[in-house]
Amino acid sequence: MKLLTGNDLPTGDVVWWTGSGWSRHLADAADVGANGEAVARAEEGARRVNGPYVIDATPSPEGPRPAHIKDRIRALGPTVRPDLTLKPADPDAGAWVI
Amino acid sequence: MADADQTDIGGEPELRFRDDQPHDEPAVTLDAFLVEQSNATAVRLEAGDDARALLPYLDRLALIEVSFPTYRDGRGYSSGRILREAGYKGELRAAGDVLVDQLPHMRRCGFDSFAPEAEIDAATLRRSLSRYDQVYQRAADTAVPVWKRRHG
Amino acid sequence: MYRYDEYDQGIVDARVDEFRDQVARRLSGQLTEDQFKPLRLMNGLYLQLHAYMLRVAVPYGTLDSRQMRMLGHIARKYDRGYGHFTTRQNIQYNWIKLLDAPDILAELATVEMHAIQTSGNCIRNISSDQFAGAAADEVTDPRPWAELIRQWSTFHPEFSYLPRKFKIAVIAADEDRAAMRLHDIGIQLVSRDGQVGARIFVGGGMGRTPMIAPEIRDFVPADDLMSYLEACLRVYNRYGRRDNIYKARIKILLHEIGADEYRRQVEEEFALVKQLGIDPPATELERISAMFAPPPFDANASAEVDRSDPDFAVWLDQNTRAHKQPGYAIVTISLKPVGGIPGDASADQIDVMADLAQRYSADELRVTHAQNIVLPHVRIADLAAVWQTLTEAGLAEANLDLISDIIACPGLDYCSLANARSIPVAQKIATRFASPERQRDLGELKLKISGCINACGHHHAGHIGILGVDRKGTENFQLLLGGSGAEDVSLGKITGPGFSEDGVVDAIERVTDRYLAVRTEGERFLDTYRRVGMEPFKEAIYG
Repeated sequence: MKLLTGNDLPTGDVVWWTGSGWSRHLADAADVGANGEAVARAEEGARRVNGPYVIDATPSPEGPRPAHIKDRIRALGPTVRPDLTLKPADPDAGAWVI
Repeated sequence: MADADQTDIGGEPELRFRDDQPHDEPAVTLDAFLVEQSNATAVRLEAGDDARALLPYLDRLALIEVSFPTYRDGRGYSSGRILREAGYKGELRAAGDVLVDQLPHMRRCGFDSFAPEAEIDAATLRRSLSRYDQVYQRAADTAVPVWKRRHG
Repeated sequence: MYRYDEYDQGIVDARVDEFRDQVARRLSGQLTEDQFKPLRLMNGLYLQLHAYMLRVAVPYGTLDSRQMRMLGHIARKYDRGYGHFTTRQNIQYNWIKLLDAPDILAELATVEMHAIQTSGNCIRNISSDQFAGAAADEVTDPRPWAELIRQWSTFHPEFSYLPRKFKIAVIAADEDRAAMRLHDIGIQLVSRDGQVGARIFVGGGMGRTPMIAPEIRDFVPADDLMSYLEACLRVYNRYGRRDNIYKARIKILLHEIGADEYRRQVEEEFALVKQLGIDPPATELERISAMFAPPPFDANASAEVDRSDPDFAVWLDQNTRAHKQPGYAIVTISLKPVGGIPGDASADQIDVMADLAQRYSADELRVTHAQNIVLPHVRIADLAAVWQTLTEAGLAEANLDLISDIIACPGLDYCSLANARSIPVAQKIATRFASPERQRDLGELKLKISGCINACGHHHAGHIGILGVDRKGTENFQLLLGGSGAEDVSLGKITGPGFSEDGVVDAIERVTDRYLAVRTEGERFLDTYRRVGMEPFKEAIYG
């Protein structure tokens, strides 16, 4: 599957395209199929996202899993500061990245 | 460096900071100038051209246009200063990807007219040109560096 | 320390106003990201993996307690309670909002700080010797010269769109504590016939093509220095490569045309530039130098120290250095606790260090290129009290220049350019070698880790270096041996095939075991490597 991701322009937060808007949570990300580039251009033009790009991912029961480690780290947060990730209560969250 | 009087309030900004009449002759390339038409009075320098090739002819040139193919290509800043340091008094025009945030530096490097590809917002330009009233270094403009102000 | 006058303050305040305007134009759509990017970069604002990152300049690594407290305040108010000290003697914040950036700059400006030219293709923050003004071996304090260069390079109208970034270091001792010859321009101040001048090296650097800078001129008098630097930069601005970002640094220009030809062009340009009157008068260097006058030392300060606490004695031996003033010492505060993140400090720790500087170190701190903090002027009689406070704050790791005093870039945990994570490797190595006795037995061993080929973690200059690469989507680590960023500068060589994260930790242990087996009396790891070469270590690693 293909996902569209980028950063929120005013805050810099990592965001994922849900099919109708942007979410901070990878679990909300939708498969953009072949539309990624077109959505990216439109959303960037409207300044709803900064630096959007399309990535490969695989579906799983827990939600999409980005193919590249960089995007998995983006989705979670820094592996060396579990307290600052999106799952601060889950000490093993970092294992998902690797 | 600020010369806000030269800039109209609202509408199209005036991008020529000279009192003489604009020079209408089309600029020839450096190669053409050196090889074929050395009687031309307007020359266009590409970013990679050696501005020093024009030094023997400065007194008969009325316009030198320096190309900025992208705003990231800073070679034209050196070309401008080299020409002014050698005593060139004619119009020095920055042409191409000339943006409002780069324009103050270009003014300091001796450029006194501008031909941007995209329109420049007059109000932003006015703020941009009047923002810094102190500079740290001597360049090709008349701004007095702070060390000169400190020590006379 | 340097103090702004109305001119300096006016320029920094104008910069805040300018950036506020630029951010507003970006948010309103007047600027595209492509147009905004170089503008924000020239103010140290990156877009990184998780957020914007702001790099704040610490000119030549020197700051006072008021400035240090401001760094803690910004960490608390605008970030997530910590900051990261960098190999350029700056500090970075990892969780900045674009919306907040103008306010942060406005707060910094109230304590004479800024983020000007901490990124972008311009002249970056000038780095220097962290022991400047305190070391006995310097011919003069290099910082007034660095400040002179800072002012000359700030918003330089000709050199703000160079082919690539440009880094300058200034030192004034034969012992190089600032990796001077790995800079685009390295300056060593030297004394000749009673006059101080600059010995100039050009074209060093790390990155994907590491080079050691050759000497371009053996002496430039103070009165000519700005003209000479202007000539160096102008030749680069005109002829540095712009067709390929990876070949755009000045080291490639020097490599391609040769040091002799570059020198010839610079001298030709210098002869012209010297006529322009761009050099500040000697009174300007005198004005600046007066602000760097030594603090009022106590001539009767005692050199006696009570070593009865063994932990204190170890820290004393490892983390303090001789001061030029009898009765004083230079303290290095390690930001490398075993298992911690190299270079990170919490807002509370930043405050503790600011308090210590104010109380015990003539109100001065330094950031080192090895990502530690220095208290440059501490009475020997106060060392025990300083150590006690550092211990309570988790800042008393006694590992300066030992294997766990690791330089590491932020790596793939934070950086969008990285190929691999650097910090977890640093943590595993430090943990493996956690025993203080074992570390001290290994002696001086500079270990440096970069998470990609851009070499922010100085891996080429590590006695042991590690480079993280991406091998088919998984992290892989190459090992290098034999580099040095000091006066015995050299570039490390790759041992062979790379390793997994755990594999590289094992490989390092095999390397250090082999060192212990073959070293002779008094030999550092680097000395042994230079004597025996790569082969014994290769054999130990790969069998």
